[in-house]
Amino acid sequence: MSELDLLYTEIEEDLRSSVRDLLADRCELDAVTRIYDGDRSLVDGLWKSLVDIGLAGLLVPEDRGGQGASAREAAVVLEELGRTAAPVPFLTSSVIATTALLDSDTALLEQLATGERVAALAVPWSAAPDAQLPAVRLEGDRLTGTVTSVAGAIEADVLLVATGSGLYAVDVSAVTVKPLVCLDMTRQLADVTLDGATGALVLVDAEPAVRRALDAGAALMASEQLGLSRWCLETTVAYLQVRKQFGRVLGGFQALKHRLADLYTGVESGAAAARHAAATSAEGDPDATVAASIAQAYLSDLAVRAAEEAVQLHGGIGMTWEHPAHLYLKRAKSDQIALGTPGRHRVRLGALVDLRP
Amino acid sequence: MSTAPLQRKVEEFLAVHDPSTTDRLEFLRARYDEGLAWVHYPVGRGGLGLAQELQSEVERLFVEAGAPDNKPGHNVIGLGMAAPTILEFGTEEQKNRFLRPLWTGEEIWCQLFSEPGAGSDLANVSTRARRDGDEWVVSGQKVWTSGAQNARFAILLARTDPDEPKHLGLTYFLCDMTDPGVEVRPLRQITGEAEFNEVFLTDVRIPGSQRLGEVGQGWKVANATLNNERISIGKGADREGGMIGVVAQTWRRRPELHTPELHDRLLRLWVEAEVSRLTGARLRQKLAHGQPGPEGSAMKLSFARIAQELSGLELELLGEQGLHYSDWTLVRPDHVDFTGRDAGYRYLRAKGNSIEGGTSEILRNIVAERVLGLPGEHRVDKDLPWKEIAK
Ligand SMILES: Cc1cc2nc3c(=O)[nH]c(=O)nc-3n(C[C@H](O)[C@H](O)[C@H](O)COP(=O)(O)OP(=O)(O)OC[C@H]3O[C@@H](n4cnc5c(N)ncnc54)[C@H](O)[C@@H]3O)c2cc1C
Repeated sequence: MSELDLLYTEIEEDLRSSVRDLLADRCELDAVTRIYDGDRSLVDGLWKSLVDIGLAGLLVPEDRGGQGASAREAAVVLEELGRTAAPVPFLTSSVIATTALLDSDTALLEQLATGERVAALAVPWSAAPDAQLPAVRLEGDRLTGTVTSVAGAIEADVLLVATGSGLYAVDVSAVTVKPLVCLDMTRQLADVTLDGATGALVLVDAEPAVRRALDAGAALMASEQLGLSRWCLETTVAYLQVRKQFGRVLGGFQALKHRLADLYTGVESGAAAARHAAATSAEGDPDATVAASIAQAYLSDLAVRAAEEAVQLHGGIGMTWEHPAHLYLKRAKSDQIALGTPGRHRVRLGALVDLRP
Repeated sequence: MSTAPLQRKVEEFLAVHDPSTTDRLEFLRARYDEGLAWVHYPVGRGGLGLAQELQSEVERLFVEAGAPDNKPGHNVIGLGMAAPTILEFGTEEQKNRFLRPLWTGEEIWCQLFSEPGAGSDLANVSTRARRDGDEWVVSGQKVWTSGAQNARFAILLARTDPDEPKHLGLTYFLCDMTDPGVEVRPLRQITGEAEFNEVFLTDVRIPGSQRLGEVGQGWKVANATLNNERISIGKGADREGGMIGVVAQTWRRRPELHTPELHDRLLRLWVEAEVSRLTGARLRQKLAHGQPGPEGSAMKLSFARIAQELSGLELELLGEQGLHYSDWTLVRPDHVDFTGRDAGYRYLRAKGNSIEGGTSEILRNIVAERVLGLPGEHRVDKDLPWKEIAK
């Protein structure tokens, strides 16, 4: 048995540094914070620059206009996006919606690859890969129903709507998208209402495609959570290396050293789980579903802990609007609930690995 | 070399040395000489200079052929700690003398590091080694020495210069446990067994040729040993290898004991054990060609915590049966199996996992200081001559 590579290839490291440079340039944390006050001016330009370096088509095969890369590369991009809580629809459109369309011959896939269009899968962002899917009715060629708390709908111009008789691509102009005030405004959700909307059938068998897309999302969101956790750890360590109280650097106090050592241990473990999920997903490994749930069960809690530690160990400044730690806390807590809570993934694992209640 | 030529090499070896007719020791010695003992070791030292990941494939092929193994569980310290340290710091003569019988299990090793006054503060050892012509004469007391009752040799840390600060006056030796000055007394532990010992050294004579590394370099050599120890303690295998496998099997076998609360705890620990296994695999990929560094400490931290939580969970799961214990008789085991015996034994033995090989508190200090770069602990004795430190 050849072991999966859990490290990063040179190509992946190159991709990481170009994404990191771009984000350093284009995704200032102050601008991300302003989204909470309604200023979303950052979003379009940032997304366009990611599209310009080909990221929207990463998972799309070359013969369909994409880069033909794999989940491993997409995971590295997500690590970097997680480090800046970047408000872009990469996970929702370029990973989840794109994966849902991989078995369809729709031209929409090519359009997503080039960034010409942006799509979102119409399911509640909290839905686990094995969750009950929302009930949208098909009457004649008209779609009716409401899907709440959809991620990526605000950025999208087309929605993928699952019904009992197929997956439909529905233009956003044909539906009502009502933005919600959310805990994490860097991935703002919206309620989507279809009231006799028309759509184009893109796949006859919706359910497997939707589940596969949600599984890919769960597997790869772990890498976003990893990037977020690393930022929190590094930023907190750096702060405690300079912040002095009692005449000495705070990072020298053993109570804090031990907490950070434990967090480091968690982050290194999280890296293994996230890489494993990405690698199994990339290989189409039979273990990919188990790996996705392991990664979600582990990294969802890790990211929350990392962000909570970052706030606590910065003291008063960690509680301020000015310091970016809160962006990560809000993203981490939302990610924990997104695509199934850790508890939900554990129950799913119990069935998958024969450890039943 | 990838798996295919290596596989051919094993097959050729087995064709010449039929495991069913070849004497066990003869087989093991030939396997060493063929470079199939530990393939990541250099040619001529039982290896082929290959990546360490390939070893598991070799082991699998030998198991399939019904070949005798070198009983690695009986020589954990030899294989995991003494050997890599000898390989790194030993002279050609030392490597020739010690590595082969160590690998075949003809010579078992133990570790004479800890003392009553030098545990976490290992650099404080006071066992003295004095030069006498070509020999060293060693006296002092060691403690917690696992497997000393079975050992032919020991890796030994002793003080050669009390006028130097504590880290600088140490030297590392390879000590013959059959020397008349070595006395081994069993120390019973919480499991009832005496797996470890006190070892009294009285004018033990060690030839100069059994000094490992330079005089005064003992701390550096000992750290190489400790880094290897931490990684070998944390070593994982397949999914559900180790303690999680034992508990998962109990869970599957005993549905009548299930509760929702235990189910969630079990699944949490299952995830953690699996992630820890993957972390080990990832760390080994990182280290494939280098030496273990302080990152191994993080893995040992997780390993100890998970083993302790799992073994505690298993007793709760067993309920009434968890109140029982197999046997309190004092025995001196010839090997240690963390997952062996009964659930009560496993629970008690796992308590040692966060003490042996560096306590979890010390490992956290190591991670914080050497990996994260946080300031060191306040050390009042670091630069004093060792003999002036208050004892
Ligand atoms: C099962 C078992 C097998 C062993 N086998 C061997 C062996 O074969 N050979 C060998 O040489 N040794 C062996 N040891 C010894 C082991 O390495 C030591 O017990 C260990 O290093 C701790 O030393 P100590 O017992 O003196 O505890 P102490 O150092 O006295 O520690 C007491 C407590 O204080 C904490 N502490 C100490 N210093 C600090 C600090 N700076 N900051 C925070 N907390 C601190 C420790 O974590 C611990 O909780 C074994 C131990 C066990 C339990």
